[in-house]
Amino acid sequence: MSKGHVWKYGDNVNTDVLYPGRYTYQILKPEEMAKHACEDLDPQFAANVRPGDVIVAGKNFGCGSSREQAAACLKYAGVQAVVARSFARIYFRNAINLGLPVIQSEEACAALEKGDEVEIDFARGEIRSARGVHRFLPLPESVLGILEAGGLLEYTKKKLAASAAKA
Amino acid sequence: MTSSIGNFRVPLLIDKVPPAPIKWGSEEAPVGKTLTEKILGFKAGKDVVAGEVVTVSPDYVLSHDNSAAIIQEFRKIGVRKVRAPEKIVIVLDHIVPASEEKYARNHKSIREFVAEQGIPNFFDINAGICHQVLPERGFALPGKVIVGSDSHTPSYGALGAFATGIGRTETACTWATDEIWLRVPETMRIDLDGRPAPMVSAKDLSLKIIGDNGAEMANYRAVEFAGPAAGDFSVGARLTLANMSAEMGAKNGYFAPDKKTLAWLRKRARGPFRAFVSDADARYESILRYDLSGLEPQLACPHTVDNVKPVGAVAGKPVNQVLIGTCTNGRLEDLDAAARILKGRKVHPRVRALVIPASWEVYREALKSGTLAVMAEAGCVILNSGCGPCLGAHEGIMASGEVCVSTSNRNFQGRMGSRDSEIYLASPATAAASAVAGEIADPRKFS
Repeated sequence: MSKGHVWKYGDNVNTDVLYPGRYTYQILKPEEMAKHACEDLDPQFAANVRPGDVIVAGKNFGCGSSREQAAACLKYAGVQAVVARSFARIYFRNAINLGLPVIQSEEACAALEKGDEVEIDFARGEIRSARGVHRFLPLPESVLGILEAGGLLEYTKKKLAASAAKA
Repeated sequence: MTSSIGNFRVPLLIDKVPPAPIKWGSEEAPVGKTLTEKILGFKAGKDVVAGEVVTVSPDYVLSHDNSAAIIQEFRKIGVRKVRAPEKIVIVLDHIVPASEEKYARNHKSIREFVAEQGIPNFFDINAGICHQVLPERGFALPGKVIVGSDSHTPSYGALGAFATGIGRTETACTWATDEIWLRVPETMRIDLDGRPAPMVSAKDLSLKIIGDNGAEMANYRAVEFAGPAAGDFSVGARLTLANMSAEMGAKNGYFAPDKKTLAWLRKRARGPFRAFVSDADARYESILRYDLSGLEPQLACPHTVDNVKPVGAVAGKPVNQVLIGTCTNGRLEDLDAAARILKGRKVHPRVRALVIPASWEVYREALKSGTLAVMAEAGCVILNSGCGPCLGAHEGIMASGEVCVSTSNRNFQGRMGSRDSEIYLASPATAAASAVAGEIADPRKFS
């Protein structure tokens, strides 16, 4: 469990502002991607984000294109988790498949403000801050395995290795 | 009951077998199933209900220019061969022909991978936009499960498939395993009634629905387009609505396959398929109703797809660029709707009017029918089939302060170029009317 500070945004944060389309076919290196994270949402973000920080936003976070960079750039920038009132479907899947935890919590989104220090307990389903303890439903077991492996790629590697060993 | 479609014997309308009873607790009556529950259940080999997570083997896995990045992910998995090369469909459409060396390198790496892996279903730069090519070439069929690394993959629901967008890593892993996890979505039904007025189209309806209900109205859900007017819509119009279901946040959007679907597929279907429709007693999370008879032309104003206004509220706004095309509205009937307005008129000198047929099949048909000649005479610039400037990579990037009326599906800030440019989404008729007027204009004034 690591502590981090909150970056707070509103509803309908889309994939274009999280990671502009002009870079999607140009930049492939993680550290380069991190530099452009949230570029069109908050020009201050990439330079100031610290490992363990948490993004707290409103409804429909990650709406727009299916580009994974919109989730990957946050992971590479050190973001511990994204907490939102709701997520766009593909973003939700992409984040899990890349090992970026996504947490749905009305309560936490209503309470938390920019700069708050928070601690997330994924096992208990709790976000703790000076404003209180905000509970969330832990993810279903079938997808927790993917997060625990560090993403779908690692999960698939292990699975294929295990089935090859059996054969 | 079966019917002959092309060379294949296929079931005709559609599975009449009563649904297997599902027990909701011990006392409740059996509940019918939605099309989505039936398709995913059929693929999973068991009864499934909304909310369940199933692992299925998809029928087709689509990717486009982003295959280059997917190949890089695939290489990390540590297997040499894709599991089912015949299920992989790759269509180059995003930046075609390559506008810069890096895109050329990506395309080259994709062609090499296709040869190395023996992937039979590869469409190079002379096919068109993937979401037009898969229906045209008979991949998008009733009852199929199609996943694609593009957010507008739900388009194939127009033909009764379960089709949904996935990410690149997941596409790479699906290439390796031939499996994917899917949550069976709850379903929202939209009942459509009435006939639209002339110059009012499926695109206007989709914008009206999204404007009324917000961009996340159907987040993570299936959207079923139903009611008498759904049956009246052409397959092209159904593709527009299923395509726009992505902008409702939907996992998949669909129409029940019917006689129109089967007629459209007659010469296209690549193989046998099984068609499913929702049961009369299926469970819907919610039902919306829309009467098309009073519908006006609509525009989605900057910078979200749900910022929708009737054309009267924004008419008169000066326009610099018009885009008629894309996976949403680049079909023959769309070009024809625009051409009816452009015929005998000229594009306003302020406007760059770009026309992009959705596929080369559409392009050839529009050439033969004279539609493209009408558009060229009016002063439109006809571009090669592909995604064009829709995603802001080439062929019509916007400068600061410029305004575009586009028949595409997204108007996010900076999508087509400068962050200080504006995109208004509209129907082909409204786009054509605006091209002639040099400002946002009501197409009904041109009939």
